Amino acid sequence: MKPVAFDYERPASLEDAIALLSGAGARVLAGGQSLGPMLNLRLAQPELLVDITYIPELKTAERQGDGLWLGACVTHAEIEDGAVPDVTNGALAFVAGGIAYRAVRNRGTVGGSLAHADPAADWVTCLSALGADAVIAGPSGERRVPVSEFLSGAFETALEVGEILRGVWIPTLSSAASWGYYKFCRKAGDFAEAIGAVLQDPERGIVRTVLGATNARPIVIDGAYGDESVRASIDSQGGDMDAYDRQVHFVTAKRAAMIAGVRVA
Amino acid sequence: MDGVEGTGVGASVPRREDDRYMRGRGQYIGDIKLAGMKDVAFLRSPVAHGHIRAVDIPDALRSKVTIAADMVGVKAIRAVTALPGFKVSEQPALADGKVRYVGELLAMCVAGDRAEAEDIAQAIAVDFDELPAVHDMLQAREADAPLLHEQWGDNVFLESVVDDPNFDTVAEKATVHIMREFRTARQCMAPLEGRGVVAQWDNRLEQLVVYSATQMPHIVRTGLSDCLGIDHGKIRVIAPDVGGGFGYKGILLPEEVAICWLAMQVRHPVRWLEDRREQLSANANCREHHYVVTAHADSTGRLIALEAKAHVDSGAYSAYPFSACLEAAQVGSILPGPYDFEGFRCTTWSSATNKPPILPYRGVARTGVCFALELMIDAIAREVGREPHEVRQLNLVPASAMPFDNITAKHFDSGDYPECLRRAVEAIDVPGIRARQAKGEADGRLIGVGLSIFCEQGAHGTSVYSGWGIPMVPGHEQCSARLTPDGELELRIGAHSHGQGLETTLAQVANEVLGIDIDAVKLVHGDTQYTPYSTGTWGSRCMVMSGGAVARACQAIGERAARIGATLLQTDVESVQIENGNVVAPGGTVSLAEIARVWYLKPQDLPPDVDPAGLEVTVGYKPDRDTGTFSYAAHAALVAVDPELGHVEILDYAIVEDGGVLVNPMIVDGQVSGGTAQGIGTALYEEMPFDAQGQPLASTLADYLLPGPVEVPDVRILHMETPSPYTEFGQKGIGESGAIGPPAAIGNAINDALKELGVEVDALPITPRRLLALIQAAAT
Repeated sequence: MKPVAFDYERPASLEDAIALLSGAGARVLAGGQSLGPMLNLRLAQPELLVDITYIPELKTAERQGDGLWLGACVTHAEIEDGAVPDVTNGALAFVAGGIAYRAVRNRGTVGGSLAHADPAADWVTCLSALGADAVIAGPSGERRVPVSEFLSGAFETALEVGEILRGVWIPTLSSAASWGYYKFCRKAGDFAEAIGAVLQDPERGIVRTVLGATNARPIVIDGAYGDESVRASIDSQGGDMDAYDRQVHFVTAKRAAMIAGVRVA
Repeated sequence: MDGVEGTGVGASVPRREDDRYMRGRGQYIGDIKLAGMKDVAFLRSPVAHGHIRAVDIPDALRSKVTIAADMVGVKAIRAVTALPGFKVSEQPALADGKVRYVGELLAMCVAGDRAEAEDIAQAIAVDFDELPAVHDMLQAREADAPLLHEQWGDNVFLESVVDDPNFDTVAEKATVHIMREFRTARQCMAPLEGRGVVAQWDNRLEQLVVYSATQMPHIVRTGLSDCLGIDHGKIRVIAPDVGGGFGYKGILLPEEVAICWLAMQVRHPVRWLEDRREQLSANANCREHHYVVTAHADSTGRLIALEAKAHVDSGAYSAYPFSACLEAAQVGSILPGPYDFEGFRCTTWSSATNKPPILPYRGVARTGVCFALELMIDAIAREVGREPHEVRQLNLVPASAMPFDNITAKHFDSGDYPECLRRAVEAIDVPGIRARQAKGEADGRLIGVGLSIFCEQGAHGTSVYSGWGIPMVPGHEQCSARLTPDGELELRIGAHSHGQGLETTLAQVANEVLGIDIDAVKLVHGDTQYTPYSTGTWGSRCMVMSGGAVARACQAIGERAARIGATLLQTDVESVQIENGNVVAPGGTVSLAEIARVWYLKPQDLPPDVDPAGLEVTVGYKPDRDTGTFSYAAHAALVAVDPELGHVEILDYAIVEDGGVLVNPMIVDGQVSGGTAQGIGTALYEEMPFDAQGQPLASTLADYLLPGPVEVPDVRILHMETPSPYTEFGQKGIGESGAIGPPAAIGNAINDALKELGVEVDALPITPRRLLALIQAAAT
């Protein structure tokens, strides 16, 4: 399969990108690791691709206030390789290293992954557990949305027409914080069947369990970990999950809790 | 495996063709660029079953689009069999009136490049009267099932029966009766290179020149000749480097017929390159079986009788040349496996369904048969409370009985099956695993060991295939050999390498016979213009058949050279022999190169009464018996099962393999390793599901999971060597073996791991979803 004909622009500033996106049929291209195949399969038939990878501010990664700013075009590989500051006691690098395959990580970006909004992707679950914000730029200025609310459904986000995900802001974990991340795939590099992510940060008074790779946005459970509360959340928020989905989501959450040290074996 | 010294038969010579492959210099269909060449994209059916009501092509595009009505005089593909009761399907190149599977070709669109051709396809609107789909091989036989081929009256290509009037009497002697039901998934073959065709009409030669990614160029030519209604001489098929085939590239595709027809209408070359989505969802389908098997045994586990009812989901059409019935016919004849018992009966049905035609894949029916049979053997072992390997030992054909004619008249040529199994048990260390199981695993997983043992018929010939009567029956295999003026040896064969390394192994055969340097041997293959007719590369036959033909041709060349050499050495032919590429007499030596130089360039140096036959021969070969060689192997797997997630990890995998005399042991190890990776895919990952409307649910490799490097363990391969008594060097066909044993060994290992939970797997692939469902069902 080959894509339909489309125009291609590579703006050098966020303002230019936003202006280009105001036209009908325009789509953002970042690392292209999801959009590329969709173009080839003609599932996406845009009139214009706006390549944002040459916008300098989207490539930045720096400490900002009590947290870390990651521009949307920072790649998974840069996070995996420690080329960005670490405010998460190693969580970001661990998760990045488990995304798909190295070839995908070399080009795929944190912003592209969030904006593509595949529920099975890692960042939406990981960053929801860390309490990160999505920073959105648009014609009418900038706004912030918690990553846990950024997905409005499978492959649907809070982004309005003409808006770009600028990046994410991730709060710094205290030194005593612990985390657990357990992803279950049928094979290495495959899309997740289920993801469990647990954060415990006593100094900030946070215990949070996130169930990812659901059929929509991740399920976030704030407060002390408990098997029963996980099961109850799956029942109430799991939508059309069948017995298999319920089981693997429960087990990955449980194992993440054990890794984070909030549940004993 | 290192093999013997030197570069003859038995040496692990590095593959000569790898130099160009590893440097990216191989030449595949996608590398061929002809001046003025245009690309084709096919519009494919979005519905599984329906009548075509109207095809609406925008007027401006009409000249770039071909539909069935345009292809006047082109015949449908017909892959018939001589088996009684077989019903014929007509597979048109482009759907004519009715579509029978999603992905069937509706229209052929040609343009300057593929993207533009796809734009044209997208602009065509097709209106259907949709019919309900037959989506399952069992549903196909229900009384109210929709009919694919209305004139048949049912959806069965063929029902075949292997019966024994005394069966019930024999079975009554048994005290243990076990029935199980098994299903294997529809799979897709996934060679790195897809299919592809470039075709051009040559006005000077009045010949259609076809470049095709095929493992059987002569059969493609015959099939094209039939469908297009032109003589063989007007068709030349060239198969360049072929990037894997596994059976898929032995099929004449409707795409090939359509592209070739188009090339005859237009004044430019045309090309179609299959993409992965076409391959997965519309073309390379294989493997889908259903079994109900009953085993009758005594209280020690001795098998007394076996009966089965088996279905094969053959898809919508009978694929050329292997037909819709190859799998089912195989099932009925190979289900007894390597075992000896008294009673057997089996009925098989080849069901027509609204899915792509089923195609033969490495191992053909053996992978499913081995899974069904070997899980039965373990079920017997559990029932009688014995180790599965002990029950197998009770039932295997012993070495002392070889050669052995089994219950379905298969002639096992040689081997020691019990010893093979014993070595596999030792290699995986069954006693050590039992001790480890008793202690339990620190991580909570459950481990289990599983075995499978099977034999693989290879290089079977006329006497086997004539009974099936498919369009292609292998006869003698030929090799044309020629010494060139420089003393190089050209070998021309009609089979074709799609990764087997024939450029190396056949040179080794020539070296074995003539002592000629393998670098002086050039293999010419993959071109109908230059090679003798052959059914091609399939059925693990090349090393036996082409290897035998090369050996005989080299012997003939040696005899011719010896006569000329004796003249040059001024002695008689009885006094000379061939050694290391020379003709040697007690008083002197003359090289093959010198003999060739004189023959071609200095004939004045030869006496007038020299034998004028020259240094070029075509020799045919067939083994002493053509019922096939039987290589065999035992696979042993150690797995760990995560009972909470249903995930299976292969911790250890050992294979004991006997392929007779191995011409190149290193290449054989590669064949076994690659096949095992595919078998692991069958066992745990690969599945092409269809919904009730006949829609394929996997169309990319993100949905159709292939095992990767992490999922395929470091397989330990151990060898035995029992020569075949019937072949040139004692070699046996072994190309498919690795792909046969893994689902059975892994399935048995999982059942062993979950024995205490009362879980038995019954379907492939063994996914976490299936395994957790079984575990949960067993717990309630």
